[in-house]
Amino acid sequence: MTAADHPSDSRPGPGPGTEVLVDARGLRCPIPVLRLARTLSEEPAGTLVRLLATDPAARVDVPALVRMRGFELVEVAQEATWTAYLVRRPAQG
Amino acid sequence: MASAWELGWADPRRLHRHGRQARRLLDDARAQLAEGLGVRPDEVTFTPGGIAALRWAQEGLRYAARRRGQRLVASAVEHSAILTSGRHVAAMANDPLLHAEVGVDRLGRVELGAWEGAVAYQGTAFAALQSANGEVGTRQPLQAAREICQRHGIPLLVDATASLGRDPVPRDFDVLAGDARSWGGPPGLGILVVRTGVRWRRDAPPSELEHGRSDIEPVIPLALAAAAAWGDTSGSLPVESADARRLVDRIRAAAAAVPETEVAGDPDDRLPHIVTFSALLADGEALVTELDRRGYAVASGSACTSSTLEPSHVLAAMGVLTHGNVRITLPLAGVAPAREATVDGFCAVLPEAIAAVRSQLESR
Repeated sequence: MTAADHPSDSRPGPGPGTEVLVDARGLRCPIPVLRLARTLSEEPAGTLVRLLATDPAARVDVPALVRMRGFELVEVAQEATWTAYLVRRPAQG
Repeated sequence: MASAWELGWADPRRLHRHGRQARRLLDDARAQLAEGLGVRPDEVTFTPGGIAALRWAQEGLRYAARRRGQRLVASAVEHSAILTSGRHVAAMANDPLLHAEVGVDRLGRVELGAWEGAVAYQGTAFAALQSANGEVGTRQPLQAAREICQRHGIPLLVDATASLGRDPVPRDFDVLAGDARSWGGPPGLGILVVRTGVRWRRDAPPSELEHGRSDIEPVIPLALAAAAAWGDTSGSLPVESADARRLVDRIRAAAAAVPETEVAGDPDDRLPHIVTFSALLADGEALVTELDRRGYAVASGSACTSSTLEPSHVLAAMGVLTHGNVRITLPLAGVAPAREATVDGFCAVLPEAIAAVRSQLESR
C-alpha cells in the first residue's frame, strides 16, 4: 500500500466541529507523526485531526507527541489494518 | 588476551602437565569472578555469552518448577532473550497466561503492585528482572521485587548483563546472568550464577562440565581474559562510574537543551554510562547517519533502524517517543582514554545534527 492509494489531507470544510483527515497509511515513522503535527499546527485551534496510520511506531509516538505538545488525544480506534487517532489542539489559555 | 591463549589451550580434564595447568587457570578464573560477585565458585557456570546465560537460566528454572507451573513473570522492559523465550513457551502451549509482562512507569521502573499480582498468580515458575535497563539505564527495585518473590516462594532471575562492572554487583537474586563484555571482558563469554539451594535443573543428560550445569566446554582463554578484565574494572569502579556519570550528565543536559528533545530514563537512579534521548519530528536512521558522518558512533531504538521495523520495546513500554532516538553507551575510560573530549565534541555538534535531520523532513 502506498500513500498515493489514499486521498491525503482532505478537508471537509471550515467551521466548528470540522474534522481534517490525514491519511498516512503505508508510511513509516516519523512521517505519520510529522504530518499529524504539521496539520495540527496549520489548522485553527480546536480543529479535530484524524490520522490513519499503519506504522506500529505511531501507537507510541502519537501519544508522545500529544504529551510533548500539549495536544488532546480524543480517540484511538483499531480498524481493519490500520489505526485511527483523533487529536485536537486545544485553544490557547 | 594473547597470553591467555598461550596458557589455557589444553584440555582441563586431562591429567598431564598442560591439562593440570589449564584446570588450575580455569579454577582461578572462576574463583576470582565468584569472589567479585560475592558467591561461591561452584555456583558460577561459564556460558558461551550473555544471551546463552539468560537462556540457560530460564530453561533450568522452568524445568525445575515443571510440576508447579510454567509461567514466567517479567518486566516489559526485559532483554528480548527473556521476553521472546517466554512468548515462545506460551505460544507452543497455546496458553497466553504462561507469559506475563509487568508494566513500567515513564522512567522504565517496574510497577511493584502489578509485579506482586503477577508473581502471586497460580502456576508461576519464576520471575525475571534486570538489575538495570541496558537501553535507558534505569535501575530496577531488586530488593523490593525479590521480597515479593520470596513471600510467594518464587525464584528471581536477575539479568545483570548491562550492569556488571559498571554498577555495584546485585545482591538480591536467586539466579544471575552476566556478559563479560559489560565489564570490559571478551565477547563470547557469559556467566550463570545459581545460588545453592535454588531449584534449577537442566532438561538434558547428565554432564561432567561446569558442575553439571553445561555441556559446552568453557573456552579457558576467554575465562582468563574475563577474570583479568574483572580485576581491572572492579578496581577502578568507583572512579570510573563517577566519571562516566559526570560525562553522561553533560550529554543529558546537551540533549535536553535541544528544543522538543526528551531524555529517557531515571536521571539519578540509573547506570552511570548509558543515555537515551529522542528528538521530536526527527528520523532516527538519518540522525545516526548524520552523527556517524561527524565522527560519532551511536545506536538507536527507532523503528527505522531495526530489522523488524518495530520500535524499541523498552521505549514503547515507557511511553517515550520512539522516533528520532539516539542511544549512547559510554566505553570504559580504560578502553577509550579520550572519551571526555569525544563527549564534549558530541555535545557541541548535537544541536546542529538534530536541526539538519529535522530540516530534511520539511518537505515530507
